[in-house]
Amino acid sequence: MAAFRRLAISEAGDVTVVRFVDRKILDELNIQELGQELFQLVEQENRVRLLLNFFNVEFLSSAALGKLITLDKKVKAHNGKLKLSNIRPEIYEVFAITKLNKLFDIKEDEADALAAF
Amino acid sequence: MYHSGSASANSDVRLHLAVLNQTDRTHTNNTIMSLSDSECWSVNLTLPSVRGAGKDFINNLLEELRRNAWNDHEVFGVHLAVEEAVVNAIKHGNCLDESKQVQICCRLWKDRLWIEIIDEGCGFNPDEVPDCTQIENLEIPNGRGIMLMRSFMSKVEYSSAGNGVILEKLRGQS
Repeated sequence: MAAFRRLAISEAGDVTVVRFVDRKILDELNIQELGQELFQLVEQENRVRLLLNFFNVEFLSSAALGKLITLDKKVKAHNGKLKLSNIRPEIYEVFAITKLNKLFDIKEDEADALAAF
Repeated sequence: MYHSGSASANSDVRLHLAVLNQTDRTHTNNTIMSLSDSECWSVNLTLPSVRGAGKDFINNLLEELRRNAWNDHEVFGVHLAVEEAVVNAIKHGNCLDESKQVQICCRLWKDRLWIEIIDEGCGFNPDEVPDCTQIENLEIPNGRGIMLMRSFMSKVEYSSAGNGVILEKLRGQS
């Protein structure tokens, strides 16, 4: 498995659990790197059952949302599944405002999300 | 000339800016200006068109908001909106062209925040940005910054040339 700078990767059965290193996902270069690492999971490592755990995330910008949307497309193109969990209320509000809570399958916590795969 | 598509112009802000343009702004860059009695904090600055150039300004602004007892949700919303606006000006307005600059004028009162951000780009029409909340547009990766600005600020107005934006937040309002 490749080394990642923006992501912490673990496995739960056949699901890859992804946690974010940065509490604030807003620096453009970091977001670029974050996107590349997420896409690498799908396209190079063929990890297509992904759970993104947002426990550590306090802030994210629209550029980060763009990377998540692109990731979702890539996962779907590989017939995989993508779920999100542990999103703080203020971050969830960002998903709700942009209606991305309808695009993504968002669960309360990691256990709920893993049970839903 | 600014327009939001919904809210009317705020005349006292216009007057304030007009006075500012005639006096302090002509000779003040990157300095905190003297404040009138009603203002808590005020700054005019010029940013280069490089990624991350707005970081110090935004951190200082957030610190001032907290110092003036704005709550966490308000600070979060202002952070998101201003971050999006500054990135838009640097990246989409000035296209990261280092020969161009971004002008920021910021005023903070106890219960009100007012920020003008002007880039040197050719401008855009915010009405032409697709509505990303429509089902058919949900998977478009771009265009959510403007929506977030409008949601978290009390008022967002774009200049008629499309290269300037005024953000206003009234404390206690969405």
